Amino acid sequence: MKKFASLLIAGSALIGCAGLAHAEAEKDAKAISYSFEGPFGKFDKAQLQRGYKVYQTVCANCHSMKFVAFRNLADRGGPGFTDAQVKALAATFKVSETDSKGDTKDRDGMASDYFPSPALATIAGLGAIPPDLSLITKAREGWHGTFNQLLNNVGGPQYVYSLLTGYEDPPKGVAPIEGKYYNPYFTSGVWISMPPQLTDGLVKYDDDTKPTVDQMAKDVSAFLAWTAEPKMEERKQTGLEVLVYLLILAGLLYAVKRKIWAAIH
Amino acid sequence: MADTAHDNVNRRDFLMVATGAVAGVGGALVLWPLITQMNPDAAVLAMASIEVDLAPIVEGQEVILKWRGNPVFVRHRTKPEIDAAKAVKLEELKDPIARNENGKDGEAASDENRVVGGKENFLVMMAVCTHLGCVPLGNSGEFAVVQGNAKTGGWFCPCHGSQYDTAGRIRKGPAPENLPVPPYKYLSDTKIQIG
Amino acid sequence: MSGPSKYQPTSAVGKWFHERLPIVAFAKDHALDFPTPKNLNYWYTFGGILAVMLVVQIITGIVLVMHYTPHVDMAFASVEHIMRDVNYGWMLRYLHMNGASMFFIAVYIHMFRGMYYGSYKAPREVLWMIGVIIYLVMMATAFMGYVLPWGQMSFWGAKVITNLFSAIPFVGPEITTWLWGGYSVDNPTLNRFFSLHYLLPFVLAGIVFLHIWALHVVGNNNPTGISVKSDKDTVPFHPYYTLKDGFAIVVFLIFYAAFVFYGPNYMGDAVNYVQANPLATPEHIKPEWYYLPFYAILRSINNKLLGVVAMFSSILILLFLPWLDTSRVRSGKYRPIFKLEFWVFCVVCVALGFVGAQKPNDTLSWIGFLLTLYYFAHFIIFLPLMGLLEQPKRLPNSISEDVLAHSHGKLAAAE
Repeated sequence: MKKFASLLIAGSALIGCAGLAHAEAEKDAKAISYSFEGPFGKFDKAQLQRGYKVYQTVCANCHSMKFVAFRNLADRGGPGFTDAQVKALAATFKVSETDSKGDTKDRDGMASDYFPSPALATIAGLGAIPPDLSLITKAREGWHGTFNQLLNNVGGPQYVYSLLTGYEDPPKGVAPIEGKYYNPYFTSGVWISMPPQLTDGLVKYDDDTKPTVDQMAKDVSAFLAWTAEPKMEERKQTGLEVLVYLLILAGLLYAVKRKIWAAIH
Repeated sequence: MADTAHDNVNRRDFLMVATGAVAGVGGALVLWPLITQMNPDAAVLAMASIEVDLAPIVEGQEVILKWRGNPVFVRHRTKPEIDAAKAVKLEELKDPIARNENGKDGEAASDENRVVGGKENFLVMMAVCTHLGCVPLGNSGEFAVVQGNAKTGGWFCPCHGSQYDTAGRIRKGPAPENLPVPPYKYLSDTKIQIG
Repeated sequence: MSGPSKYQPTSAVGKWFHERLPIVAFAKDHALDFPTPKNLNYWYTFGGILAVMLVVQIITGIVLVMHYTPHVDMAFASVEHIMRDVNYGWMLRYLHMNGASMFFIAVYIHMFRGMYYGSYKAPREVLWMIGVIIYLVMMATAFMGYVLPWGQMSFWGAKVITNLFSAIPFVGPEITTWLWGGYSVDNPTLNRFFSLHYLLPFVLAGIVFLHIWALHVVGNNNPTGISVKSDKDTVPFHPYYTLKDGFAIVVFLIFYAAFVFYGPNYMGDAVNYVQANPLATPEHIKPEWYYLPFYAILRSINNKLLGVVAMFSSILILLFLPWLDTSRVRSGKYRPIFKLEFWVFCVVCVALGFVGAQKPNDTLSWIGFLLTLYYFAHFIIFLPLMGLLEQPKRLPNSISEDVLAHSHGKLAAAE
């Protein structure tokens, strides 16, 4: 028992020290919640579909997403587009291909194509290279601290949401910087090269949801959570099966072990 | 007293067997991900079907495409080639079965059963010799149609000398079967989807 | 294992085979009949857990290699390919990634258990030293494995750690260039790390065999630290410890699975999901948690060479532990002062880990320096002195006497 007490002391020392860690951004991300959080959380398909639309209309103009293919949009545990919808979505893009004679030709996008990256000309002179968004919600932390992250995850989607909705006027006495925008949620410093992107009604939603800035930021951050971790639903489902199995096996082993050892003590 | 001891033994046995069984089943289930990870992945499966535009392929021309990692012949046959294929009697064939994924199993290897009705001029088949997997050479071999100095249609496998006629049927050499026709369908008059 | 084998082949074929290769007898003697002290507690199950983790890492690793591409342009993408396209690829990768952390959790518990119960003392010095070598090889393997996904932390971690060797006087820069195969961490570095990361686990398996061999020559230590005196003190390994270890292994797998399926990236660093960029250092570089105490020791000394020397010494000093501890009593259970100091030492190690995780600043550097001093003082001053000065408690006469006393105690308490 004493040993456990000592472990507890060590453990609380650990958590206490973790609190010393200071956040990289000026402010922690806003702690909004999503449907996909928690051990049983699932993606909201309608939200992912809306998020896809926001992504294609707004983000994709400057940001690439090179690890996601159109076919993924129909994958299990994703936005739940049908195969026909995916084919149609892909065909709205042109893909240039070099044939066996060396000629470059444009063809319609296919389900197996990956999301096209923006042309180099579009992103030239933006002041920074827009990061690829495939993994952005896993590559950014909304908040810090060992214990905080254990309970609340790293807050990647919240980071994206907070960044998109977190533009502010610089505080008094802080001189504005040409070509930079003040955003206290930004991961490196408070000045970001990306101007505010969302305005109310910017994207026309196919369902009845009102495209407010807040709604669009939520939807697109949820979509980006899916692109970063497309197997999340499969993972949690498998995890449940594995844990139930292991608990049963542990119980059985414990019973057998007690029986066998009964004669020894 | 004796009864209790007996009960204990039974209970221990049952527990042991149950635990062993549960552990065994778990061990077997763990094997599945380790095995199936070697199956074609999602990116490979996404390329499982391709679309081919037939319009640019002129009569007497043959293109080789890659489908599921293997070469496929798409040949626009000439009239003499089709006639030559149709003239062959089934008894002369080394492999009398059509080997056409789009037809019924075990159908006779007539020229009609190797192509799509009304589209006899287009022969679509795997460019993989049924002997050991080489790509046969087109417009060559003893079963090509001879026009002047040139040969058209017919295939000859350079690896071990297998010879195929103008319908891609094995006629001579070590290969056991006709060149197989992959599953394909016409999406429009001039466009097919293989796979 | 003392005495002749109890194995008697029953069939003619068994006898024929046994005379040519007595492997069945060997397996029976060492995996089934091996006499094991009957008072081992659950802290002693971590050896078995470690063996399982090594096997899990080797199997998942071999499978991942079937899909991974060791090239700076493709490594990151191939890991994403595993995560997105390969059948169960996400699971295999998360198992391997979290498996490394689990491996270290288990090895640390195993090591501290050995320190508490004095398992390094005569006649187990060689057994302990082989263990320290296993730990060193594990650290090297995990470090090179972490480089393979070619994320930002992979790259910069590799750069910082390989630069440690540049502190070596005179030949330092040449050695780092040799390690890199260039003038910085680049494709040649990735390729050789991949090669070695694949090789070392098999080397590890070989050293583990030596570790178990050494264990089976001298026999297990136990919580009382008293040597086995008669058959009454031991039970055969099977079924007693196969089942006890088996149960502990499954409980450990539950802990492992909880991370793999519900917090797979908790122990990793978010920055490693950004592809390596040799032109931009992430804002806060820190190694994986299992290196943090040593990283703190490295940073606590404000001199490149001395810092590196301190860091390597802090690990290598473990090799001398059997001779630094002067106490004639093995188990910490009967050493009141040592017991207290041991737990202070544990807290110091954990605290060093926390200092290692923080961004450096003046206060933390001081705390880190004091903790480092304590770390070394534990080995060089406290252990030798405590052995000479402290008055140990009375030891039980034998393992079975101790076990009996305990079960009587329990019975008395129950009544």
